[in-house]
Amino acid sequence: MILQATGLKKLYGEFCALDGVSLGVAAGEFVSIVGPNGAGKSTLINILTGVTRPSAGSVRFKDREVGGIGPARLARLGVARSFQLVQVFPDLTVLETLQAAVVARLGRGNRLFSSLARDREVQEGALEVAELFGLGDERHVPARQLPQGDKKLLDVASAFALKPEIILLDEPTSGVSTADKTAIMDTLVAASKRVGIKAIVQVEHDMDIVFAYSHRIIALHQGKVLADAAPAAIVSDQRVMDTVIGRKAGRPRASAC
Amino acid sequence: MSKRLPIPLLIAALGLLLLPPTLLALGLTMTSATEVVIFAVACMALNILVGYTGLVSFGHALFIGLGAYAGAFLTTHAKIRSLEVILVSAAALGALVAVPVAALCVRYVKIYFGMLTLAFGMVFYTFVLKFYRLTGGDEGLPFLRPSLLGHSLDAMPKIDYLVGPYYYYSLGVLGLAALGMWRIVHSPFGLCLKTIRDNPTKAETLGIGVTRHRFYAFVISAAYAAVGGALLGPPTGNVDPTLAYWTHSGNIVFMTLLGGFTNFFGPVVGAFVFIYLQNWVMSIVPYWRLIFGAMLALIVIFAPEGLMGLVARRRRASAARA
Repeated sequence: MILQATGLKKLYGEFCALDGVSLGVAAGEFVSIVGPNGAGKSTLINILTGVTRPSAGSVRFKDREVGGIGPARLARLGVARSFQLVQVFPDLTVLETLQAAVVARLGRGNRLFSSLARDREVQEGALEVAELFGLGDERHVPARQLPQGDKKLLDVASAFALKPEIILLDEPTSGVSTADKTAIMDTLVAASKRVGIKAIVQVEHDMDIVFAYSHRIIALHQGKVLADAAPAAIVSDQRVMDTVIGRKAGRPRASAC
Repeated sequence: MSKRLPIPLLIAALGLLLLPPTLLALGLTMTSATEVVIFAVACMALNILVGYTGLVSFGHALFIGLGAYAGAFLTTHAKIRSLEVILVSAAALGALVAVPVAALCVRYVKIYFGMLTLAFGMVFYTFVLKFYRLTGGDEGLPFLRPSLLGHSLDAMPKIDYLVGPYYYYSLGVLGLAALGMWRIVHSPFGLCLKTIRDNPTKAETLGIGVTRHRFYAFVISAAYAAVGGALLGPPTGNVDPTLAYWTHSGNIVFMTLLGGFTNFFGPVVGAFVFIYLQNWVMSIVPYWRLIFGAMLALIVIFAPEGLMGLVARRRRASAARA
């Protein structure tokens, strides 16, 4: 297991957002976390990415306790994330954004007088990721001028530029038209292979996407793990389909991976 | 890429060399030209925080005052007259004092950061006002005329000294300061500062140490401001607590806003326009603060990116038409 969470609890006053959640993610896996609103998905991803400290339980990344160590340190260890509400640097161009990620990965943020423009490793690393995500033509466009879908891609791309071992994506296709969702997911899966990312964890509402790309699905309900199984097993479990996914979900497509 | 570096700097250097005749033609004195150059250093110091890190300090008079008092103390008490030694000592002292101040201030952002820097500025102001033995209290300390590059110029009439060697010396300091700052903002470190300015949450998830980078930016800014402060001493020949008063911090923020904090040369332009207007308006009406207040309001509403922002906007518009 690359990432292992055991007995995670999170209390907000009286409210119990997570109630003893355990999960593991192994190398080579694409895991989706699903559940109705308020099931604790956001709390879980915030704990897994070090933003929120759990009230109880532990998070181990490669056998090292990382619960609540903060996103910056976790990113340097090899856990990257993207956000549900797109997060970009409005005044920085696509290339500058990716360069910042490469600078952080190489630990060169303290280089005070060296020229960024002449740092070939940073320049090429950023350009490579831009091309990988099809943002090459927009590399000199400031992030605030990008269309919404490309902002989303840039957010994800900058996490990929960190070359993490595991990446956590909070609704990578939210706010994107249905037609573009599959394209984004395909780009993402292909890019993760090129970059060498070992595992992907995503929170996703779109069940077509979830069933098409996941190796394993973890269903949350009221702060507890309701099911943790392969897509085929989830589909045949009527209780999970009813509570978590709702009856509206049509016949899922076969897994593409 | 390498071609991009010197051109704007050369234009700026040329502009500053041509500044004295221009100012004279505009009816200003040469001493105000020196003032422009010195405040340009101070505004550039502030702008690494305001324009590149997204933190507005209202306490930079602390570091300006610190640099000025360091110079005054060295010339009167320690008999050190070399301006090079004074500037290096001022920078070192500025950085040293900035360490604890920055460590506290950078934990906060926005108005809390501004108020905290203001508070430290007021503490320092009170210190120089009350510690009579060290600082001369409200009378201040004399700043004896420093030697420039080993040349003692004590025999020269004061005006000749200020408009001649001292002006060009200050200009040289500004040039070096700008070159250093240019390298800093175009380095990997500078890029990290810009990510923090734009979106600290996102910067953190990329593994960029937000607090650490803010801290370094503050210390660099303080060292630069102290150099500007030390240069302010010789023109008046005396250093008093008004240098460290908070309105002085406010003036530098105003200059930086006026010129435009989104542009590298905005602070320099701001210092020039501010001092020119101040002289001009003061010669016509006694209520110059009233006019400046109205101007500040207009800038914030109509040109939030300052004068350089207006220039950039016009250039973008004409590029779009073409």
